[in-house]
Amino acid sequence: MTTRLHPPQVDPAAVAAAAARFAARAEPDVAYAVVDSPIGALVAAATPQGLVRVAYEDFNGGLDAVLESLAGKLSPRILEDPKRLDGVRRELDEYFAGTREDFDVPIDWALYSDFGRRVLQATAAIPFGHTASYGDVAREAGNPKASRAAGRALGANAIPIVVPCHRVIGTSGKLTGYTGGMHRKEALLRLEGIAF
Amino acid sequence: MTAVPFQRFLDEQREPVFRFLVASVGRDGADDCFQETFLAAMKAYPRLRAGSNRRAWVLTIAHRKAMDHHRARKRNAIPVEDLPEVAHHDPPLQDDETWARVRALPPKQRAAVLLRYAGDLSHAEVAVALECSPDAARRSAHEGLKKLREEMSPTP
Repeated sequence: MTTRLHPPQVDPAAVAAAAARFAARAEPDVAYAVVDSPIGALVAAATPQGLVRVAYEDFNGGLDAVLESLAGKLSPRILEDPKRLDGVRRELDEYFAGTREDFDVPIDWALYSDFGRRVLQATAAIPFGHTASYGDVAREAGNPKASRAAGRALGANAIPIVVPCHRVIGTSGKLTGYTGGMHRKEALLRLEGIAF
Repeated sequence: MTAVPFQRFLDEQREPVFRFLVASVGRDGADDCFQETFLAAMKAYPRLRAGSNRRAWVLTIAHRKAMDHHRARKRNAIPVEDLPEVAHHDPPLQDDETWARVRALPPKQRAAVLLRYAGDLSHAEVAVALECSPDAARRSAHEGLKKLREEMSPTP
């Protein structure tokens, strides 16, 4: 024999199959999938409690940065598992196809503190095709004077589209900012038939 | 330092782990041990400190799962594998026979040779995995290799 032993050769397909079988059996704290949409690729992530993150892939530092942030904030037990995001993908497809107005997937609010959570829950209640001002959601969240804080909470919305922060605009009707870039806020408002 | 998402850890370690397990338990047992290894790794993963040697860590787990596999085979009285082993579903690869002989070495030598040469760990990393001194790890690997050479050289 040779003087040095080499690790055995393995078929990459066999390794991939073993990894896929593991992923099917594993119970990650966070499952994610990359979902295509008409306004760009989205990273969708869910815990057993519900949808926890939707990120515009090109706007949040890319897939790795999104996953690292989730690893730090929630748990490093993160696995790619498109099956667990099937419901989210279907609802997003229907929304973009114009056949769905409300999202029914459960949401995990774990990433927010009290006020931020109430602001986003108030935002989630704004109906399709309607807008509200920062003051409106602040009032709904229980603090009418906190429109600036409401703006910050909306800026920290980890689940854009599904929690429709694009429906919140300035009192003057100005669109202000958006987590995926203004062109996306405009595209979503157009999709919902909102004039701006 | 940020935590590495488990998916990235799996992507980077799946092939080294699979290679190590093919050498440790053979091609037929590798898949089961692979499942057990990564299920255990995922369970323990939050306790792995940032900056740790991830490959040495997961191969230590893989080694334990391989030993469990060997023990279970003995308990179930499956006939001891004949040497050389022939893989049934793949065309036999060049080194499979050698690794089958490694599996028949005494436990300490077997463990040291597998972690050093199939896992490609340093003697120091092998020592941590086997909870022995680096000298002892080096000696076990050396003795194992010597025994293999004796067995595999043509009889005069």
